[in-house]
Amino acid sequence: MKGMAIVAEGLRKTYGNLVAVDGISFDVRENEIFGVVGPNGAGKTTTIECLEGLRSPDEGRLSILGLDPRREGRELRERIGVQLQSSALPDDIKVREALGLFASFYRKPADWRPLLDALGLADKRDAPFAKLSGGQKQRLFIALALVNDPELVFLDELTTGLDPHARRAMWDLVRSIRDRGKTVFLTTHYMEEAEALCGRVLVIDRGRIVALDTPDELIRRLGEGTRIVFAADEGYDPTLLGKVPGVVKIEQDGGRVVVTGTGDRLVVLVVNALDAAGTRFRDLRTERPDLEDVFLALTQEGKGGRV
Amino acid sequence: MKGFWKLAGMEALLYLREPIASFFTMVFPILLLFLFGSIYGNKPNPFYGGRGMVDVSTPAYMAIIIGSTALMSIPIAISTYRERGILRRFRATPLRPAAVLGAEISVHLVMTLLGAALLVVAARLVYGLHFGGNAALVFLALVLSTLSFFSVGFLVASLAPNARVANLVGMVLYFPNLFLSGATFPTEMFPPTIKAIGNFVPMTHIVRLLQGLWFGDPVGRHLTEIVVLGGLLVVGAIISALTFRWE
Repeated sequence: MKGMAIVAEGLRKTYGNLVAVDGISFDVRENEIFGVVGPNGAGKTTTIECLEGLRSPDEGRLSILGLDPRREGRELRERIGVQLQSSALPDDIKVREALGLFASFYRKPADWRPLLDALGLADKRDAPFAKLSGGQKQRLFIALALVNDPELVFLDELTTGLDPHARRAMWDLVRSIRDRGKTVFLTTHYMEEAEALCGRVLVIDRGRIVALDTPDELIRRLGEGTRIVFAADEGYDPTLLGKVPGVVKIEQDGGRVVVTGTGDRLVVLVVNALDAAGTRFRDLRTERPDLEDVFLALTQEGKGGRV
Repeated sequence: MKGFWKLAGMEALLYLREPIASFFTMVFPILLLFLFGSIYGNKPNPFYGGRGMVDVSTPAYMAIIIGSTALMSIPIAISTYRERGILRRFRATPLRPAAVLGAEISVHLVMTLLGAALLVVAARLVYGLHFGGNAALVFLALVLSTLSFFSVGFLVASLAPNARVANLVGMVLYFPNLFLSGATFPTEMFPPTIKAIGNFVPMTHIVRLLQGLWFGDPVGRHLTEIVVLGGLLVVGAIISALTFRWE
């Protein structure tokens, strides 16, 4: 399985009567950013923890960097980096002490000093863990995950609880990890994050795979096409756009009109038709469905409400 | 091994940075010594069986130190590390689980011995402490007593559902041990009933063993204490090992 960082076949894990992961199979290629998305309780964390060797699956075959996490866990942990969803360090440990400590756990640690700069923690090197902000703690955990110069990095809900600015900065960081030749396996419940970062996305729900593809392909397959939204002034004729080629659906709510359709020239045709009829319109914009629409369409939780 | 030493060094530093823990291990026994020393001095005193208060109390106060590391620090440290996911984070590295536990045990043992050493130095410098035993035997007895109580501390950490409960259970065990064992107040002060209850308090055996060896008793006179403390160590360690949880 050359070129594969992770091979999972029939992975299954139950807690008592609860089936957390129900026989899922997937491959992760070397040097890709691979994302797992799913509603809360879908089995994301159980999956990632089985791959890390922190949990033993009940069934299934796992090969992580060619190793079996159950039998070769210590060897595997030399070569992977792990950021856990809920973790902490002692309150009084300083940033540089934590890095030095974790570096000592590995046979071949990387020099952690450049990591301080790369992660913007250089001026916090002497700060105790308890005094760090949420974003700084997350960056420290990423630094700890990189301290052994791993081939494969696991990030479990990296940006949960961060403000939008810190989240964007974290995305750049994840891309830079990939650009250094590493494979990144991440879970998230932010669809925009998966769409922005991941080469491929695995959508799971209730422990089963719902979809596995690139974000673009997932969106394309949803098949909703483009939406054109505008506010029409009085005098708008609802039947006007029905004859425009490519238009599939027209919805109207008061003065707000939503036209759904396909085709590269859809916008031009709709605007021309409105103009030719002398209809005045304002605030016209186009929308493409995003991964969130796909997610809501695919997962159970989407039927009940937004995540 | 590199990881073990680094972790042990770090834990020692963190222990000393934690003011409450280091106070009870390093400072409180010395303050107690100064308090009673300023009342009784270290003159031969019939109340202390003809010995000086400081000579009798110094080995007894070592039990206070053991109690503070074993029943306060260890349960809080281990259960907090578990509750906050620090143990999990260690497990996600190649560090062996035994190295994590070994570092905790070593650091708390060293802190206990350090506290005892500071107490002895203070008692010697201020009150001219007398010693009539075999230093190596006293040292071994101190280590046995400490490890024996550590196994109880680990047991509390293993069985308590969270850090708050571990802290509470540690205190509930510590204070009766402290006051009924003769560690703080000499058992000579106690009425017979309290004295009888004291026989069932494990720390009583630490106090008797350390005081006896301090004044040069042959080891054979303290087999009961050695068996009780050794038994506690074995039973505590086995149950802790079976019930220990990393998360």
